[in-house]
Amino acid sequence: MVLILEQILNGVQLGVTLFLISAGLTLVLGIMGLVNLAHGSLFMIGAYAAATVAARTGSFLAAIAAAVIAAAAAGFFMESIFRTLYEKPHLNQLLATFGLVLVFNDGVSIVWGRPPLFMTIPKVLSGSIEIFPTVFYPAYRFAIILAGLVLSIVLYFCIQKTRIGMLIRAGATNPEMLSALGVNIRQLYTVVFCAGALLAGLAGALIGPLISVQIGMGENVLILAFAAIIVGGIGSIRGAMVGALLIGGADTLTRSFASDFLRTFLIPSTADNVGGVISSVVPYLIMAAVLLWRPQGLFSRV
Amino acid sequence: MRREQLITALLFLLFLALPAGTYLTGTQSINGLLTRIVIFAIAAISLDFIMGHGGLISFGHAGFFGVGGYVVAILAFHDTEQSRFLGLLQGTNSLVWSLPAAILVGGAVALPIGFLSLKTRGMSFVMITLAFAQMLFFFFTSLSIYGADDGLSMKTRNVLFNLNLQDDAVFYYVSLIALLGYAFLCHRALNSRFGMVLHGSRDSERRILAVGISVFPYRLVAFVFSAMGASLAGALFANLVQYASPDMLRWSVSGEIMAIVILGGTRSLVGPVLGSALFVGSETLCKSFTDHWGLLLGLILVGAMIFTREGILHALTGAQSR
Repeated sequence: MVLILEQILNGVQLGVTLFLISAGLTLVLGIMGLVNLAHGSLFMIGAYAAATVAARTGSFLAAIAAAVIAAAAAGFFMESIFRTLYEKPHLNQLLATFGLVLVFNDGVSIVWGRPPLFMTIPKVLSGSIEIFPTVFYPAYRFAIILAGLVLSIVLYFCIQKTRIGMLIRAGATNPEMLSALGVNIRQLYTVVFCAGALLAGLAGALIGPLISVQIGMGENVLILAFAAIIVGGIGSIRGAMVGALLIGGADTLTRSFASDFLRTFLIPSTADNVGGVISSVVPYLIMAAVLLWRPQGLFSRV
Repeated sequence: MRREQLITALLFLLFLALPAGTYLTGTQSINGLLTRIVIFAIAAISLDFIMGHGGLISFGHAGFFGVGGYVVAILAFHDTEQSRFLGLLQGTNSLVWSLPAAILVGGAVALPIGFLSLKTRGMSFVMITLAFAQMLFFFFTSLSIYGADDGLSMKTRNVLFNLNLQDDAVFYYVSLIALLGYAFLCHRALNSRFGMVLHGSRDSERRILAVGISVFPYRLVAFVFSAMGASLAGALFANLVQYASPDMLRWSVSGEIMAIVILGGTRSLVGPVLGSALFVGSETLCKSFTDHWGLLLGLILVGAMIFTREGILHALTGAQSR
């Protein structure tokens, strides 16, 4: 029971991390019609910047700040390249984002080298906390969950209640009409792109201490984030949240319980094999199920 | 158009004569590279079939490429081990069996994936095909009997009649025949009623519907046919390097195949071949003196996407397709 609770929390933690990545991805896709394969690179840049600054200064807050700044700057750079591509066919844009992935991966290996970096959990959050009587959970993971939830509330507020949020929602529904109404849509693109980059970089910094910071770390997360926004519906922040929690939860739970469950009626080695296969395909099966049921995603208004 | 035919004919003669040329100049060692070019040309033609002609941007071709490779390697594995696949199917080391098997399995895998993915359009289709290919990638990395992350190596290449496929030049010609065969099938399909519907569905789905044709089955058939081409290429590739590994299914491979199509020129059967020669050739060249091929390729891709609209073929022929 305790283990299940712990794994559910781990699932939520992966879910909120995925949400931070999906949020930018889904907005960029909804508003600009651009599948940004290089979004995972922003996550990687954030993690590298955080790991470097944390190792130099020892301050976790400085590391977070560095990650956010570095990712937003990289996002600004990326957007300035895409700006020349908006008039081009989608295929050109897609391949350019793929080219940027290669550039960022190799660029990072030139600057930081190939071996992975390690980041330590800040001292204050290194212990465990008692979330329920007798149930302990690592404080750092719990902090990520809280940070993710706070950020999603802030993001929700920004999108629903502020002027810029209104423009973003309008842009996701009908960009041509918005620009016909006299809104500088190029500027809006830049703002959305940099905000998305910032969130991805933040996710990289938060997750840095839990995994090894290495080249290509963003790519697997990126594809889970794709699955999350397809489940949630493109252009919808709420959909991205639900999709991310669903995919993150399913991924974590099957990873930890599938083989144990199968061991009850299969021989252990077979169970581990089949369990591994199942847990690797479950997020995509969820995506497939949603596609069959609602091809436009759970929260799409289209 | 006439220039394109001229280029096709010249290219055909060149590819036919190349291994002989390597014998005369004593550079047989590049026959492996030439075969690689031919194999990636097959994969690129198969992608262009749905992407250029069908307007469906699939980012999951590495998945089918890998499936084809794994089918060949797994059959060869069971042949050497004298065991049976799932306790049922005997292995084989004969190309006559393993190549069709790879193509069929590739098509069978593509059927449900295509059925689901084709429910979406445009950019969602890109992400979904990518996600399914990634699923296949994780599927193969978790297959521990077949080497998991390390992949599965083959003791020898497959056997075909009395030919010595271990000789790179002989294997090159086998691959070239596969390329010509697949390209011929594509050509016939595209010039038939089927191809017209496919082109029509790309240009205006609504009009095709108005004529009274449902596009979905056509797209599905095109998707499966395309995946079969990618599996064929993968099966040949596994034979060439005598190895199948999850690396074949990496999403960067999908990107590379797409880059070959775009750099070469879409909607023609020669463009992908030119693209493959350029891409694989420069990859090999660059890798010989720098570790940072990725950086170079990335910059070339970004630059090419910004400054050009059409591939090399269209630059050569001066054609202005849309």
